[in-house]
Amino acid sequence: MALNGMQIYKLLPQKNCKECGFPTCLAFAMKLAQGNVEAEKCPYMSDDAKAKLSEATAPPMRTVKFGAGDFEYALGGETVLFRHEKTFVNRPRFAVMFSDAMSSDEVDRKIKNVNEVNYTRISEEMHVEIAAFKCEREDKDAFISLIKKVTDSCPKVVPMIMTENTEIAEEAVRQFGDKGPILFGANDQNYEAMVNLAKDHKLLLGVTAAGKEKLYELVEKIQKAGYKELLLDAGSRNLKGTFDDMINIRRTALLSGDRTFGYPTVAFVCDMAQDKMMQLACATLFVEKYASIIVLSDIDYSIALPLFALRQNIFTDPQRPMRIEQGIYKIGAADEESPLLVTVDFALTYFIVSGEVERSKVPAWILIPDAGGYSVLTAWAAGKFNGKSIAKAVKEFEVENKLKTRELIIPGKVAVLKADIEDELPGWKVVVGTEEAATLTNFLRNYKQAAS
Amino acid sequence: MAYKMPVQKYSGKINEVTIGNGLKLGGESVLPFYSFDGDIGNKPAIGMEIWDIYPESWPKCLQEIFKDVADDPAKWANFCIYNYSPDFICLKFEGASPDGLDRSPEECAEIAKKVAESVSVPLVIAGCQSNEKNAKVFTKVAEALADKNFVFLSAVESNYKEVGAAVGMAYGNIVAAESSVDLNLAKQLNILITQLGIKPDRMVMDPGCSAVGYGFEYVVTTMDRIRLAALQQNDTTLQVPMILPVSFETWKVKESVATEDDAPEWGSQEERAVGMEISTAVGVLGAGANAVILRHPRSVEVVRNFINQMTE
Ligand code: B12
Ligand code: SF4
Repeated sequence: MALNGMQIYKLLPQKNCKECGFPTCLAFAMKLAQGNVEAEKCPYMSDDAKAKLSEATAPPMRTVKFGAGDFEYALGGETVLFRHEKTFVNRPRFAVMFSDAMSSDEVDRKIKNVNEVNYTRISEEMHVEIAAFKCEREDKDAFISLIKKVTDSCPKVVPMIMTENTEIAEEAVRQFGDKGPILFGANDQNYEAMVNLAKDHKLLLGVTAAGKEKLYELVEKIQKAGYKELLLDAGSRNLKGTFDDMINIRRTALLSGDRTFGYPTVAFVCDMAQDKMMQLACATLFVEKYASIIVLSDIDYSIALPLFALRQNIFTDPQRPMRIEQGIYKIGAADEESPLLVTVDFALTYFIVSGEVERSKVPAWILIPDAGGYSVLTAWAAGKFNGKSIAKAVKEFEVENKLKTRELIIPGKVAVLKADIEDELPGWKVVVGTEEAATLTNFLRNYKQAAS
Repeated sequence: MAYKMPVQKYSGKINEVTIGNGLKLGGESVLPFYSFDGDIGNKPAIGMEIWDIYPESWPKCLQEIFKDVADDPAKWANFCIYNYSPDFICLKFEGASPDGLDRSPEECAEIAKKVAESVSVPLVIAGCQSNEKNAKVFTKVAEALADKNFVFLSAVESNYKEVGAAVGMAYGNIVAAESSVDLNLAKQLNILITQLGIKPDRMVMDPGCSAVGYGFEYVVTTMDRIRLAALQQNDTTLQVPMILPVSFETWKVKESVATEDDAPEWGSQEERAVGMEISTAVGVLGAGANAVILRHPRSVEVVRNFINQMTE
């Protein structure tokens, strides 16, 4: 629980030496209580006091890590229930479920699918981050060789080792510990051994119990045993029950300030439905509220495209709009005769448009004026994307010196701007492009033909 | 210490609005699907979108499903009702667009009447791109369908007076207030519409929609804030059921329109488009939508299954 200023003051050395930059220890304590300053500023605090303080000032939900090297991820650390209150910080990660009871054909198919879904959207690389391995046959060798096969074939996944058998867990952790796997399966029976194993290898430990009440008791025991790198599962395997768990575990941490539930959670969407579209529906809900790991049966583009895009949106910091620098951008080997397009300085729009231009293989220029960082129609409706702002960019970035072309392709959604822009830019012709960037590729190929 | 479940108190409640003869929207006094907190009200409803003209611009995989019925809106509506049992039909007058067929309001009214007479579920009447034209179309259609309790999608800042007066006041139908992803704009338009004399339980709202991946965070955040204001701060001007025309947005983005030739690595176009539609629909339902409009039968099936599991 949080400490107040007086409680913190009692932990301080009480020398009033001013080295922290405050006139007295009490003044420093008050600032600490508000979270406006770091405890390190006082060089004389005892280790014990430091530990107590960091415990007291820790955020209500712990940030935990898993994975290794380029594939290390943080989970949790959330401070709000709704993104407008501040921001969501650590996006959920997607897993695909494997099991030692699956046929090798099925395993091969999933390996192929996991590797196939790999693409970039708005400068973020999208792929499945985790392969979950369920040990169902209690056969150590079969389980290990499954993990080995999948992790060898899918270099980008971090394994999640799922077993309640501590002996099998130990062997799996010994073999794959360098990948920073998640160890899932600490329950009421085995938690002491599992905690030791997780401690020894510094692993994120998945804790599972039948229901929130039992989970709560178990987490208390594990915390007493001194481990706090946890991932929670209250045992629901259906949509409605899991939703209840996700909301209430998160609210217990953030609203009640109870750190026993101040950990990220996992949603086993793979158990909620057979149908992949129904799994997509469930996963969508849990991206919004509030899973940190979402386990699917399988993956392909029809579910990855919406899910990764949704995740990217929801985890955008609302206080930091994604804006791209104004200027004139060269795509491919564009020369002074190449087509010139104009769009806005909203990063989402720019990346979509430039991606399509690249795909068309037509070398081109993209002009980005000051459009307030808004999408095309938003900027237009806000009066920031018009003849004036575009003409200003043409001048500012010396387009007339750099290029011979005097044709400007504008987004189809703002076709009404044609006359306005031509008025502001004497000698220029405005060509109305397509409404959506998806059809820009064909447009550019035809446009180039028309010109040559 | 034993686990204590946090309790969330709410002071407001979303109005219950009846569409047609008995389709009830809203009525919840907790956040969407928070049945552990209290009364979740009526199940969110699903509508299917049809057009007054043949939908040439829809992706081929979608046209294929409706191609035998899509040149006759009444047939199309009944095909959907018979095969997929939507809660309502959204009849969109794309043909009224001044840039297209420029169909007259009288002609639209005629079509609407024919469809209304042939169907067993309520209608949601939607317009074209032009708000100016929509005001005229809605006036005539509302007159032809007087006192049916049908929804008109939508009244916007520039035409709410005309639409409100005709649809809501003169002809006894339900006005949908559409704003652009902003709580204050939504609130302001709701207030203006009630000031025309329309009762709060005779309106719904569309706070603005987009597809997942396309500014969707703004949509979710606007809806979250609207619901929190309505339920926790008891802001009566925002206690209005929300209807989101999901299909208007999802079927034009690249994930849905790129053919398999355009993007061979992405696999089936139909599945991608269905995926975008389902995810966007669930995304807005999770943020408080009381009704969604969809196109593909598979999306209808999956979203219904989702709603049933969350509410039963
Ligand atoms: C998110 C959003 C916002 C966010 C802004 C986020 C941002 N950074 O832009 C917020 C909430 C802040 C906002 C505010 C407003 N918004 Co707004 N907003 C949206 C929303 C939901 C999505 C926009 C989006 O991100 N689209 C995705 C991007 C990628 O699309 P895009 O930029 O158009 O790019 C596509 C194409 O244009 C094309 N393209 C782009 N560049 C180029 C270039 C060429 C050459 C070619 C060929 C093609 C091309 O490719 C892209 C992909 O296909 C839309 C509704 C919708 N569903 O579109 C409304 C919408 C754009 N907003 C609208 C309005 C009115 C506003 C406000 C003016 C409301 C107000 N009165 O305050 C304000 C303006 C801001 C202000 N006052 O300061 C209206 C515009 C109405 C109109 N037709 O003019 C819309 C359409 C909503 C509506 N139906 O009423 N908005
Ligand atoms: S540095 Fe430490 S001991 Fe010195 S005044 Fe500040 S808090 Fe007190």
